Amino acid sequence: MRAVHTLALAPVLMVLVGPFFLNRVTPFLLGMPFLLSWLALSLVLTSIVMAIIYFSDQKAESTQRDGHAK
Amino acid sequence: MNSALIFIALAVGVALFLGIRARRGKDMSLEQWTVGGRGFGAAIVFLLMAGEIYTTFVFLGGSGFAYGNGAGAYYLLGYGSLPFILSYFILPPVWRYAKERRLLSQPDFFASKYKSSALGVLVAIVGFIALIPYLVLQLKGLGIIVSISSYSAISSNQGVIIGAIVVAAYVALSGVHGSAWTSVIKDALVMFVAVFLGLYLPYHYYGGIENMFTAIEAAKPGFLALRDVGQSPTWMVSTVVLSTLGFYMWPHMFMAVYTAKGDGVLRKNAFILPIYQLMLLFILFVGFSAILQVPGLKGGDIDLALFKISLQTFDPWFVGVIGAAGILTALVPGSMILMTSATLLANNVYRPLRPGVEDAHIARVAKWLAPAIMAVAVWFTLGGGDTIVALLLMAYAFVTQLFPVFLASLFKSNPVSKPAAFAGIIVGVSTVAYVSLTKQTVAGMFPFLPTALKDLNVGMIALFFNLVVLTVVSIATRGLSAPGRLSPNAS
Repeated sequence: MRAVHTLALAPVLMVLVGPFFLNRVTPFLLGMPFLLSWLALSLVLTSIVMAIIYFSDQKAESTQRDGHAK
Repeated sequence: MNSALIFIALAVGVALFLGIRARRGKDMSLEQWTVGGRGFGAAIVFLLMAGEIYTTFVFLGGSGFAYGNGAGAYYLLGYGSLPFILSYFILPPVWRYAKERRLLSQPDFFASKYKSSALGVLVAIVGFIALIPYLVLQLKGLGIIVSISSYSAISSNQGVIIGAIVVAAYVALSGVHGSAWTSVIKDALVMFVAVFLGLYLPYHYYGGIENMFTAIEAAKPGFLALRDVGQSPTWMVSTVVLSTLGFYMWPHMFMAVYTAKGDGVLRKNAFILPIYQLMLLFILFVGFSAILQVPGLKGGDIDLALFKISLQTFDPWFVGVIGAAGILTALVPGSMILMTSATLLANNVYRPLRPGVEDAHIARVAKWLAPAIMAVAVWFTLGGGDTIVALLLMAYAFVTQLFPVFLASLFKSNPVSKPAAFAGIIVGVSTVAYVSLTKQTVAGMFPFLPTALKDLNVGMIALFFNLVVLTVVSIATRGLSAPGRLSPNAS
């Protein structure tokens, strides 16, 4: 478990905690009811966060490999 | 003969052609048939996993749910992201473990981790019971789609039978390779249809997305937010949690993990798949756009919302294109489910009964079981009434009961003992069965709970009992099975 992995908690909290506090139709956001666009944004955020984690892990692994090689 | 029929026939023909052609150049050993020789790259694994989301359940049920229940349907978006976050952390160790031991199915994993082929049999049976209603649902959806989009030129029952023969044929011949090839055209076509309908219908009828939602809010205030009771935030969050935990516990999803050629493939998909789920948003738009345009659908008919509004809006040839996309959303997941159910029975129920038989024999049994299982599913589809719907509600909660035992097995030192694994799964599954068949709700069973908890998905209660039993039995049996107790000299 690396520190960057905690980023994954952000979309999880958005989906699991958000609905209790943001269960509202207005104001419309991106043309959609508020809760719907909140959840749609959480999908986008999931992709971004998981991409950051993926590439950061990739980088860590390759430096680790190079380190062993030397 | 109408122009819609041409596209429908084309979809079925192309699926059959690609499905059978997929076996070319493969020897179709058991490992090729079930997990594609563990050689699939990121793109195909992506489609196999994405394909699980875009079944007829979403195509008909997702838009229908938005039409009939409004905000409750938002849960699909939550469900579209969390399983993939989980996948980044849990799937690579599963893949590596399976690769080292050349595992083929989900029960193999449990049997190997807990050193008990009996546990494999239990997991295979739970999985099989969950998969059959799922297959029946795909066939039911297929029948509806074929009959509506062909303007009743083909009856629903004829559609079911044709579809079943096509899937059974290419599954028996090509196994998972058939699913992989057909999923390529399926996802391309479904993506086009979903995005097109999701944008065209709101603009055509309301002049835009925001105008559409404004009109719905004006006509049905509060429909676009979660309810205070029933489909409340508690219901939604608990449903998303259950669906997330169950997602990779489906036997066919678990097997799709094995098809990857490396664990990097699985991690890469964890960030590509969520954005792809945005397609669900367009499916919801279709359902919402139908609310004020084709009002009055009730009960099970809400699932027809997408097709009712399409019939009213488009020329027959385009209805045929939508129908073709819908048919593929039934055929591709149907083929994965069929191939998996045959593997569960052949590899994890039949094999332990016949110790020492060769893989080639198991492969032959699995290939013959596929059409047999399909025949049973067709029989349920044509004859079954509401019982199958009740079974389906059970199915998702069923597979979720495997999650705690699975998760524990990933730890270096597994806190769960073998008897506890049996006890936890059996208690969880029995609770689900009891609650579903007697149609209990959490509020009905536990009237003393605070209101906020009364809308919990009933699957949560089963998961809770499962965990309690798992913990208690593990503590009680640990002393008995710990190596230190049996052989005091071991360090």
